[in-house]
Amino acid sequence: MSMNSVGRPTRAEGDAVAGFASLTGARGLLQDEALIFERNGWGKTGVDLETPSRSSSDLGDLVRSAPIGLPGLSEPEAMRHYVRLSQKNHAIDLALYPLGSCTMKHNPRLNEKVARLPGFADLHPMAPVSTVQGALALMDRLAHWLKTLTGMPAVALSPKAGAHGELCGLLTIKAAHEAKGQGHRRLVLVPTSAHGTNPATAAFVGYNVAEIAQTEDGRVDLADLEAKLTDDVAAIMVTNPNTCGLFERDIIEIARLTHAVGAYFYCDGANFNAIVGRVRPGDLGVDAMHINLHKTFSTPHGGGGPGAGPVVLSEALAPYAPTPWVVSGEDGFRLVEETEAEAADSFGRMVAFHGQMGMFTRAYAYMASHGSDGLRQVAEDAVLNANYIKARLSGAMTAAFPDGPCMHEALFDDRWLEGTGVTTLDFAKAMIDEGFHPMTMYFPLVVHGAMLIEPTETESRQELDRFCDALLALAQAAKAGDADRFKGAPYLAPLRRLDETLAARKPRLAWRPEPTTVAPAPIAAE
Amino acid sequence: MRYLPLTPTDRAEMLQVIGAASVDDLFVDVPAAARKAELFDLPRHAGEMEVERELTALAALNRPAGAGPFFCGAGAYRHHVPATVDHIIQRSEFLTSYTPYQPEIAQGTLQVLFEFQSQVAALTGLEVANASLYDGSTACAEAVMMAQRVTRRKGAVLSGGLHPHYAAVTQTIAHAEGMEINRLAVAIDAEDAVIAAIGPDTACVVVQTPNVFGVVSDVTRIAEAAHAAGALMIVVTTEAVSYGLLKSPGEMGADIAVAEGQSIGVGLNFGGPYVGLFACREKLVRQAPGRLCGETVDAEGRRGFVLTLSTREQHIRREKATSNICTNSGLCALAFTIHMTLLGETGLRQLAEVNHARALDLRDALAAVPGVEILTPRFFNEFAIRLPGSAAAMVEALLEDDILAGVPFGRLDPQAGMDDVLLVAATETTTQDHITAFAQALSRRIGQ
Repeated sequence: MSMNSVGRPTRAEGDAVAGFASLTGARGLLQDEALIFERNGWGKTGVDLETPSRSSSDLGDLVRSAPIGLPGLSEPEAMRHYVRLSQKNHAIDLALYPLGSCTMKHNPRLNEKVARLPGFADLHPMAPVSTVQGALALMDRLAHWLKTLTGMPAVALSPKAGAHGELCGLLTIKAAHEAKGQGHRRLVLVPTSAHGTNPATAAFVGYNVAEIAQTEDGRVDLADLEAKLTDDVAAIMVTNPNTCGLFERDIIEIARLTHAVGAYFYCDGANFNAIVGRVRPGDLGVDAMHINLHKTFSTPHGGGGPGAGPVVLSEALAPYAPTPWVVSGEDGFRLVEETEAEAADSFGRMVAFHGQMGMFTRAYAYMASHGSDGLRQVAEDAVLNANYIKARLSGAMTAAFPDGPCMHEALFDDRWLEGTGVTTLDFAKAMIDEGFHPMTMYFPLVVHGAMLIEPTETESRQELDRFCDALLALAQAAKAGDADRFKGAPYLAPLRRLDETLAARKPRLAWRPEPTTVAPAPIAAE
Repeated sequence: MRYLPLTPTDRAEMLQVIGAASVDDLFVDVPAAARKAELFDLPRHAGEMEVERELTALAALNRPAGAGPFFCGAGAYRHHVPATVDHIIQRSEFLTSYTPYQPEIAQGTLQVLFEFQSQVAALTGLEVANASLYDGSTACAEAVMMAQRVTRRKGAVLSGGLHPHYAAVTQTIAHAEGMEINRLAVAIDAEDAVIAAIGPDTACVVVQTPNVFGVVSDVTRIAEAAHAAGALMIVVTTEAVSYGLLKSPGEMGADIAVAEGQSIGVGLNFGGPYVGLFACREKLVRQAPGRLCGETVDAEGRRGFVLTLSTREQHIRREKATSNICTNSGLCALAFTIHMTLLGETGLRQLAEVNHARALDLRDALAAVPGVEILTPRFFNEFAIRLPGSAAAMVEALLEDDILAGVPFGRLDPQAGMDDVLLVAATETTTQDHITAFAQALSRRIGQ
């Protein structure tokens, strides 16, 4: 029988849990929660509104005649529904969340508090600039920090996520080429280890994509790069540190070769957390790089966004940046919103307004809290934590690149699982039963059965040890032939393994009334 | 440093386990020329109180919408958001989780997304909706790109009533893909002009209702013309509350509906983060951009939800993906869903009627001001007025009366030659006192 850290058995003798079912579908405090559409809330509302002072008869036949089919819940019911649902999620606030390449770090609540100040949260984007000087000043300060930390002269703040930042970078590069009569360049080079967003973005803006090979030690193959760098290449997109968690040692040479053929160097900055405060991408020859504020600068991931992806730009690319941007002048700050005059070379607009202000506020509060000294420590601790995990697990699992240190994430392959009948997926699902979110699996594509672990700097040594102990115990179980523990996992999660094939074969993407259900009656607003 | 748990002792012991002499040894792969030994020229770390003080001082330099009379709209609307919404979205399990890649421990987020998709599909009158996009403008651009994939045609016709920023964002993206965008001349009542612009290479027609001037139109005839020519009908809405009162895009023949969902649950936030709504006909779903949540069962046959049809997406399909999108607007979608659940159909309908009634009150007050011309015949909660002079100058002047009077159309589109046009909006947050103050101040200033 295994014991937990306070010496109690982790499960009942003989594992009574597996065969036990409650009478209601609940699992203790974890409720089986129906959809809002299944609670007979047609006609119900959880808000108290005034009675309209006049009718909408002036709109005639523009008014909808058929009911919408939306249920409502009273406030207590809605609260309980969503709180119950929340309890079915894993979260950073519960345990280490080692999704490689996602930088799941602690989200300070000070940032939430300041973002909600009415002076930021209750501002209209098109309010006169004289009434939003504090907001523009904050954007200007954020820009100053981002430029200083990256050693780049310009930054476009408006992209709304990392992939949107990539789009911004490539559109800037495309505009720069077109301005110089180089619009014929059709090719973007991307390493095989790249995030899927890189080739998707290149294709989205009309480029063809070619892959750069990788060396045995997990870096860009310089010879292959050089062979593919022709005058048809518009840009290379390289992640650094790369998705194997390794710093590209030849990065300066990569930049030099790229520039030699007139192409630009786009750096995917998803892994900036590993080097912030210690290395400036501008010193490496980078022309453009997006910064995921939701990774390095701790704005919350929110179950899949919103993120923010500002893009720092070199002198050569800065004139082509998207509008709008903030300019500091004698009468305070103003916004350049149109592609004319000083913005005549801009490639245009990417978003309706100015970008993710709510994320700017949070990211700035995070930077100001850390300061230049704290941010340097962030990178050091992030790298230290990853190397610690790599060192502790390497005896049992096979590190994909065992020689030399990794950066902020440790990459393992599945060679050590050979002959156990357990796959990377099975192993990951078994981690859930031990209380951890799985690592990133099967990415990067260059490593077989990849397991990419990024702990971040906000994990304590105790939590790292708890995590490593759990993985070592699982590894031992896998090698001991306890395949059932893995094949059926997870056993203890809110749900067992889900049938993803069924979901894709017969997609049910919205709730529909069952044929036997009486359709909701039209509801008058009185 | 309060966010960093490691102690100096931890660090020393961990380095021993690793077998490194110092943390610098872990950065050995960085070229020596790029290693910064000294700290950057930025302030040092600061306590929570100091940071809060700095940001509070910056916030105090701004004039919040709620501080007095306020009539701005043009794609971002001030609505009351129930306190419950902000409480729930700050639950750790929603706030600090990520995209639900592991469905067994993300059913909270996934069920919310399924409810969100179901609500958006119902509101737009279409069969399916995705799990959100960044905002309404990028959703509009994505819809146009999708129409190109579906029809294999290169042309798109944008109505002159489309929000100029939406048109600009769409042009930016479509230009890069080599599409031909035909943005028709800006006009208050521009919708019917799109019919004549449809040609054999038209992939889609993009019409906004209510349009940027607030004009509400029935686009059924336009949809019929688009379909007759083999093109898709895309209907754009920047004010999601209008769904509560007006005919849905689906009812009028839309193939794709996109909207800015900010009005429900999200707040103004100086333009972001917002939440893009995207719905379409079921037969088109495999060409749709973004995440989709679908229903399935687990190994014990219990209902559950997963991200699905991911073979459209960048992490599987790479350069052949339908979009490059990865992170979307999850937490804003949650806020939307909670607010919509609190409203229910009854509440949404009533909210929409209150908005409309308040805008009629505003119209009556402004129509009585000598020199003001009401330009929008039929509107929801926003309309355009013509002033005797520059709208931007009048907005500046009214700031002296502490009135945020609206959005000058010339700021959205300086080329349109409509510098005397002001867009004004009223919502349930607008009071009769504010309307009276606005009309009186406007009357006084026009008279000057």
